[in-house]
Amino acid sequence: MINFDYIRPSTQKAALESITKDVNAKFIAGGTNLVDLMKHGVETPQKVIDINKLPLRNIDERKTGVIRIGALALNSEVAESELIQKKLPLLSQALEAGASPQLRNMATIGGNILQRTRCPYFYDTTMPCNKRKPGTGCSALNGFNRMHAIFGATDQCIAVHPSDMSVALTALDAFVVIAGPKGERKLAFKDFHRLPGATPHIETNLQRNEIIIGVEVPDQSSFANKSLYEKIRDRASYAFALVSVAVAVEMNGSSIKNIKLAMGGVAHKPWRLTETENFLRGKQASDSVFEQAATIAMKGAKGYGYNNFKLKLAPNTLVDALKKATGKVG
Amino acid sequence: MDKEKKLDNINENPPYKQESRRGFLKKSSAVMALALAPPAILKAAEKDETIASYFEKIPLELSVNGTSHKLSVEPRVTLLDLLREQLHLTGTKKGCDWGQCGACTVHVDGKRTLSCLSLAVMQHGKEITTIEGLADGDILHPMQEAFIKHDGFQCGYCTPGHIMSAVACVREGHAGSEEEIKHYMSGNICRCGAYPNIVNAIKEVNEKGGSI
Repeated sequence: MINFDYIRPSTQKAALESITKDVNAKFIAGGTNLVDLMKHGVETPQKVIDINKLPLRNIDERKTGVIRIGALALNSEVAESELIQKKLPLLSQALEAGASPQLRNMATIGGNILQRTRCPYFYDTTMPCNKRKPGTGCSALNGFNRMHAIFGATDQCIAVHPSDMSVALTALDAFVVIAGPKGERKLAFKDFHRLPGATPHIETNLQRNEIIIGVEVPDQSSFANKSLYEKIRDRASYAFALVSVAVAVEMNGSSIKNIKLAMGGVAHKPWRLTETENFLRGKQASDSVFEQAATIAMKGAKGYGYNNFKLKLAPNTLVDALKKATGKVG
Repeated sequence: MDKEKKLDNINENPPYKQESRRGFLKKSSAVMALALAPPAILKAAEKDETIASYFEKIPLELSVNGTSHKLSVEPRVTLLDLLREQLHLTGTKKGCDWGQCGACTVHVDGKRTLSCLSLAVMQHGKEITTIEGLADGDILHPMQEAFIKHDGFQCGYCTPGHIMSAVACVREGHAGSEEEIKHYMSGNICRCGAYPNIVNAIKEVNEKGGSI
């Protein structure tokens, strides 16, 4: 690992000043992704700003029913929080489905949102990669692209976002709370991550001089008992998703009153299925309705060779998750 | 209070960045350092400002297995390398070194973590427990006993990480069934394939109960 300067500011103001001042600086919280990338030579910051002294670790419920999670809350703390298990079981399930117990004890909520793709060509500094080195090309496009995107990709980049947690939070209409030189702002999860377009190296709409300070999830009480995170992966635990589905549904007898859906492992960002939700709202839950929903969800999907199996796996996973969440299958 | 004060010493303007120290370094060691430095650092050294920090070590205080240590480390040193190279606690193993195998698992303030992905400087003021800190003198920890009894290893390289993870797994209350143990031990890889025996060892320790 190339050496770097290390500082540990105790206030948000000092942290923001430091990141603004130095273009080659990076924030570090849990370090599970940044240290890994630094060892690989993918990230080479000259200065690392340790933000662990900032008071951003609380998990609270507001009077409005909004749940606010501090950016520095650990993945394991959030997954095991009684409040989260009771009010946002989908989030708890998604966190438990990600990484390993050791990593969940280190990784923070803010870091989880900002983690980089696990595309092997992004990690291999001897290979072309538009995300790592703009203009060099995409090695995955005609390479071993089994883990890669089927939605929203371009010839510039077909990588996927690896976070399970962000898929659940996208489905739950959550917001990323951001602090910057002009104060705080909130950005909906669906607008936080970007599609690759012609600039796959710009992965989010977070500005350089901003910091994530937390996540806010609106009241989900009508969905709490009918939600599910279904993750399909190469081994039973501790692997990134081939395809995942986050579903939260509110039933009215056997008909779907309201539903929220997002997919993971399929795009450069958590993939919200708005059109599919609109189709399902008000429908009777049945196998044929779910099959139709899956057809709508898969519109525009494209395989790149080794990942063609996802064109079948994704709709099958969606149908399975819908059956389980609506109680159509035990 | 004291601990907090020391923590505050490493902030936006640490002592090593203060003028006198910087000046001293420039005068005394920079010439020698430049003579020995690889090209990348020589390039960095062209910007006179950064030369001192490239060779600088940061003070660090932490407790390992109940013993306090006052050390100084380069920012890039991982907790794993600090334990093995500076404190000579070689029980903690370097497997993949990329957070994929769990061989380097230690407890930091009671939580199991991967020492290979932890920067040592970030452990300031923390309590670390390694495999060397589990036994009580010659009396092995119940999890160590159980691994021996159930033959929970073959080559043994992953064993310290597995045992540290297993102890945490039981303490967390995640060892209630075989399925649960498998999920909550998935961050530790054993290429010899001793998994069934490892699961049996953990099951037995959990069923015996008591504080471990």
